[in-house]
Amino acid sequence: MSRHTLSVLVENKPGVLARIAGLFSRRGFNIDSLAVGPTEHAEVSRMTIVVNVESSPLEQVTKQLNKLVEVIKVVELDGSASVNRELLLVKVRADASTRGAVLDAVQLFKAKVIDVAPDALTVQAVGNAGKLADLMRILEPYGIRELVQSGQVAIGRGSRSISERSLRPVPVPAPPMAQ
Amino acid sequence: MTEQQSGQITGAQSLVTSLEAAGVTDIFGIPGGAILPAYDPLMDSQRIRHILVRHEQGAGHAAQGYAAASGRVGVCMATSGPGATNLVTPLADAHMDSVPMVAVTGQVGASMIGTDAFQEADIRGITMPITKHNFLVTDPAEIPRTIAEAFHIAQTGRPGPVLVDVAKSALQSMTTFQWPTELSLPGYRPVTKPHAKQIKEAARLIAQASRPVLYVGGGVIRAGASRELFELATLTGIPVVTTLMARGAFPDSHPQHLGMPGMHGTVAAVAGLQKADLIISLGARFDDRVTGNLDSFAPNALVIHADIDPAEIGKNRHADVPIVGDAREVIADLVAYLRAGDIQGDYEAWVDFVVGVKKKYPVAYEVPSDGSLAPQLVLERLSKIAGPDAIYTSGVGQHQMWAAHFIDFEKPMTWLNSGGLGTMGYSVPAAMGAKVGRPDATVWSIDGDGCFQMTNQELATCAINNIPIKVAVINNESLGMVRQWQTLFYNERYSNTDLHSKRIPDFVKLADAYGCVGLACDSPDDVDATIEKAMSIDDQPVVVDFRVHRDAMVWPMVAAGTSNDDIKYARDLAPKFDKDDL
Repeated sequence: MSRHTLSVLVENKPGVLARIAGLFSRRGFNIDSLAVGPTEHAEVSRMTIVVNVESSPLEQVTKQLNKLVEVIKVVELDGSASVNRELLLVKVRADASTRGAVLDAVQLFKAKVIDVAPDALTVQAVGNAGKLADLMRILEPYGIRELVQSGQVAIGRGSRSISERSLRPVPVPAPPMAQ
Repeated sequence: MTEQQSGQITGAQSLVTSLEAAGVTDIFGIPGGAILPAYDPLMDSQRIRHILVRHEQGAGHAAQGYAAASGRVGVCMATSGPGATNLVTPLADAHMDSVPMVAVTGQVGASMIGTDAFQEADIRGITMPITKHNFLVTDPAEIPRTIAEAFHIAQTGRPGPVLVDVAKSALQSMTTFQWPTELSLPGYRPVTKPHAKQIKEAARLIAQASRPVLYVGGGVIRAGASRELFELATLTGIPVVTTLMARGAFPDSHPQHLGMPGMHGTVAAVAGLQKADLIISLGARFDDRVTGNLDSFAPNALVIHADIDPAEIGKNRHADVPIVGDAREVIADLVAYLRAGDIQGDYEAWVDFVVGVKKKYPVAYEVPSDGSLAPQLVLERLSKIAGPDAIYTSGVGQHQMWAAHFIDFEKPMTWLNSGGLGTMGYSVPAAMGAKVGRPDATVWSIDGDGCFQMTNQELATCAINNIPIKVAVINNESLGMVRQWQTLFYNERYSNTDLHSKRIPDFVKLADAYGCVGLACDSPDDVDATIEKAMSIDDQPVVVDFRVHRDAMVWPMVAAGTSNDDIKYARDLAPKFDKDDL
């Protein structure tokens, strides 16, 4: 099994997420993570889907996604030609005796403390999956009270945009009105 | 301002006007609370004939039969909740068999959606995996555009079912009707024109091959590509197999035709694919019922796979030359290229071999020794008497396989059946739809006694609406195909397959009760006279109860999950191929 990151441009319409989630479960494709959000075009949303497959099912995943009427474009983002990020919020046990050590770790990983309580710190970290896993390894011994993590988002390197060309409308003549 | 001056109409009127604008002339359906507003203006439509069916499943299969027989989009209509959920089976069926149809359903009022209101079901959510696309309309202004998009999506690219769910509040609100001049579907761009490079590559493989086969699927029929296929086959001399969905795409009488491949395929078609060195797949999808065990399917063949749906290419079997395009355009381009380059392969030894297999192992059956009626005889005679211009529909099971083998199909769109989903009960309503779509054709519904009891209520619809279909019930008083498996794989333990249908119900009386003519036949000597009698009645539906031998089995057969190499011509009889034959 291998992980692939797909960027999927979809029409911003109700039910699109259900269609995509349904497609993955129905065809037995595994989703590692899924993140949805707006794009520079109001009528288009972008999903970043991390799938765990062999390469030949990946082609099926892509083709099946493309068959959905509301899917405009599917692009696989190559790890070396793109950057990907996840957001992690974690509540770490930290009292007077351990707070200093936790803060050191936070600083080392260029993370941020976003909330402080007498016996805990809430840390925000942004990075790729590997970096966040490393941070967690350091924080775990202090005691993790709560953890929440976003799906991965990713974008290609360089100046090119995956959305500019695909969004030019392709008008289809409506069926002629029957006389 | 009065309503007339402002051009204001109800959403319901807009819906009916939109359906008229889309060219709809026939709708099969049943009204109910949520769709009720639409039925009022529908009553006044001069263009649309609405046929009131007895069960929504019947409406759905009728729309399928209408579409498959006429080539036009079939339309069905139902109310919310149970009306809509009763359409689920026909929608799934149409999705599997790529049938262009549009289902319009009523939905509870927009403000009630999500409240578990009376007769509320999330039919858009339910049908997402079994439609090509679906819509929920809550704004009446969106009705014309949505209907235009639904018809466009249903009939372009790979055809399929589209559901339009319209909230009752949208039907009741005031709006204006404006038919769109263009559609904006940025994510929907089906490719119909094949790539020239792929055509060239396909031609190269065809020239090099020594054992090629044209593997023809239902896509050829949907694309209306039979004439082009005939040209390709006769130009190249390559043997042809037609799948269950493609029966009629190529004439059965043609010497190059090896018959139907697959689990119950002819020995020649199965062996032809197994021993091929090149499979040219046209609008087929390497379904498990065709390939058997995939790993041992056609082990030495290269594959040219042409399909309008890119997702079918390489899904089950690797394609050496993938071609995305409409079957008619693909075949026409291929013919033109082969002709222009005067490209011709040498397949003489191969054709001799497969034609030899076809002669040695024709479709045949054992005549029952007790003088009872062989089901295969009924279909053989029906084919001879009703002829190749009739339209035949079938249910699912033994009678379907016998019909596929023993009816001689010469023309496309004359064989309608449920191939992918395998829906028992498809036959009678599909025949009803076919007869409405092609009123001049003789339409025979071939059905099993099990299938017939699932949807025969539509005989009432047929009788009342002057839709004179003919039904041949192949009555072996059991769920015959299941029984056959029990005979072969479950030590003849017949668990729950005995329907007692020679006793209950009395199909002749049932036909009579429904306002149809009921006939019965249980002797081989009476078959012709009974069919001729049925053929002579054209002002009323006819039901013939053919009471056949119950132990007849469908042969040849490849047992589920095994290799096509292990095909049995009859029970415990494997075909023998001489090693020197190839």
